Amino acid sequence: MNSQRLRGLIRKEFLQILRDPSAIAIAFVMPVFLLLLFGYGVSLDSKHVNIAVVVDQPTPETSSFLGSLQQSPYFIPIQYPSIRIARQAVMSHHVDGIIWLRSDFSRNLLQKKLAPVGLIVNGVDANNARILEGYLQGVWQNWMNQRALDSGSPLLVPLQGQIRIWFNPALRSQDYLVPGLIAIIMTLIGALLTALVVAREWERGTMEALMASPVTMGEILVGKLVPYFIMGMGGMLLSVAMALFLFKVPLVGSFWVLLLFSTLFLLAALGMGLLISSVARNQFVAGQIAIIVTFLPAFIFDIRSTPLPIQVITHLFAARYFVASLQTLFLAGDIWPILLWNGLALIIMALFFLGVTWRRSHKRLD
Amino acid sequence: MLTRIWALVIKEFLALLQDKKSRFVLIVPPLIQLIVFGYAATFDLNHIPYAIYNEDSGFASRELLGHFQGSPDFQQVAVIEKEGQIAPLVNDQKALLVLHIGPRFTSDLLLHHPSPVQVIIDGRNSNTANLVLNDVNSIFLSFDTIWAADHNWGGFPVQLAITSWFNPNLLSRWFIVPGIIALLTLVITLLVTGLSVAREREQGTFDQLLVTPMTPVEILIGKAIPGMVIGFLEGGFIALVAVLWFHVPFMGSLSALILGLFLFLLAAIGVGLMISSLALTQQQGLLGVFLFLVPAIILSGFATPIANMPELVQDLTYANPMRYFLIIVRGVFLEGDGVSLLWPQYWPLILIALVSMISASWLFRHRI
Repeated sequence: MNSQRLRGLIRKEFLQILRDPSAIAIAFVMPVFLLLLFGYGVSLDSKHVNIAVVVDQPTPETSSFLGSLQQSPYFIPIQYPSIRIARQAVMSHHVDGIIWLRSDFSRNLLQKKLAPVGLIVNGVDANNARILEGYLQGVWQNWMNQRALDSGSPLLVPLQGQIRIWFNPALRSQDYLVPGLIAIIMTLIGALLTALVVAREWERGTMEALMASPVTMGEILVGKLVPYFIMGMGGMLLSVAMALFLFKVPLVGSFWVLLLFSTLFLLAALGMGLLISSVARNQFVAGQIAIIVTFLPAFIFDIRSTPLPIQVITHLFAARYFVASLQTLFLAGDIWPILLWNGLALIIMALFFLGVTWRRSHKRLD
Repeated sequence: MLTRIWALVIKEFLALLQDKKSRFVLIVPPLIQLIVFGYAATFDLNHIPYAIYNEDSGFASRELLGHFQGSPDFQQVAVIEKEGQIAPLVNDQKALLVLHIGPRFTSDLLLHHPSPVQVIIDGRNSNTANLVLNDVNSIFLSFDTIWAADHNWGGFPVQLAITSWFNPNLLSRWFIVPGIIALLTLVITLLVTGLSVAREREQGTFDQLLVTPMTPVEILIGKAIPGMVIGFLEGGFIALVAVLWFHVPFMGSLSALILGLFLFLLAAIGVGLMISSLALTQQQGLLGVFLFLVPAIILSGFATPIANMPELVQDLTYANPMRYFLIIVRGVFLEGDGVSLLWPQYWPLILIALVSMISASWLFRHRI
């Protein structure tokens, strides 16, 4: 490897980047665009959910229940005169569920019999329905406690769950989603930068010119890798800065470990992009975009919920290890038992992709 | 006129199917996606790994733990003997949940004192943590109810009776799989139509097309039909797989779904042709399709509810055809909707289709 030739190649690549804005757009504009879009657009925190309330027979008890419902930040209760009309409101998606206090609610309550509160949720969005049920259970328990306190005899419940949620006490979905998002964005950048840019070299015929020169294939690869690595790290730092300062995701682990893992992952992602583009040149760019785009929503789901065969398959993707390390680094800290394994996997993947690309690259025009 | 359009349609199909790249795009990603999303896209937790730190030797704690051991949603992975073992288990993600029962649990309960149980949940995945929290709460509730009844605590004054309509077991697969119909038909139609004009521009054949006797409307129709045919084939195929393979119930009317798919495809084709006639090269067309698809998928309600987005973003989603079609598909599959209930979703699709197609045919002539 001749350092002078290499310097020349890197210089050429940088000039090309500076003169053609598409690489800069991919490395810096795309992460900002995607982070803003996902950071603000994707949230699993339901708040202010419209919910229909049907009270068959209004009494002081029913209005006290409605009062506590109104105080909950999660619900906006809307009164409907009958269950039939409320049902129509569910069908037309004006409300996500119905709370039904039947005519015997107050009578049973006063006679110390079991008074049922009916909750009907629209279960189409199963995840959201589950979360709503949890919120309503909270409202209901608060109301019973308050009622018992008001009547002078606090409610005696055998179990008192003291719940501690580690790493994300407020259960903000952004704290969970944004680190995963950074990994997805970095995958996109790594793949697009190299795939589009190396493919372009073939399309324009400048790759032939390079081959006619004394540079070796290894030098061409390193010459491509270094500039795009620097660009990719720039995009990474930008994303981390946005996560910390715009979305206020805490970084509990150390910044240097984060940098180390980003380096490893970016090498793997760039290596994969180089491999794809050296194998397929331009043919698969469209297919790649199709696959990437359609899999974008996948990062929301928890791998642990998926069937075993799919969990096994995910081990083949570098992003899996990076997502796991980022979530731990951001929210939980430098937990080495987790980081070591994921780091090792990333090193193996980076070596694999770069090594295979190296071996497959020949100075040939087929 | 019909023969002219017919000739263009045949030419479009040949251009699509002869190219290896576009054949690949049409067949491989949708299949992988359908399989992976059908199986993997789920929020439902079945085996929550949990650890027990039980300092109580009485029967009450055994009874409580029995509730967890008997539940198919929980899977015991460790028994802890001292405080210091909790953190490593949670940190290393071996256990999602740790239950810590104090030494006086049984005696407290027998004395009619409420007794605390410490619950530690790994919050790294906020959604999973939320679901675990709900599951723990409902187990606590059922323990409370049984214990209160058996030991004269005077039960709860009010009972919460929860039913869920349309998806009684709250399976997320029923929610996600119909959504895939919308997702995949949008991606495919946009890729097919988004490149069609751009490809001709790049190769210079679009100028030739413009000097033939074909009017812009005829070109538009000729370019739209292949997208429509492919969209219908893929959409119908996924719908069949959803019903026959994934056993998602189909409650509503077939004609409501077909009408919805037709209007949705019209809107998607319009957007695709608009992007395509703006682009000068295929590369630009592809980039345009990408820039439209990403927000369209994320801001559609496919995986996360539109209602959770900020107001401004929610307003943006009104321009997104996928938003309407997702409501149609899920309404027809799960809620049993017919045509009449879905008008509020149909007309915005018609509007999007009209606006985008008119601007596309205008752009044909005015951007050369």
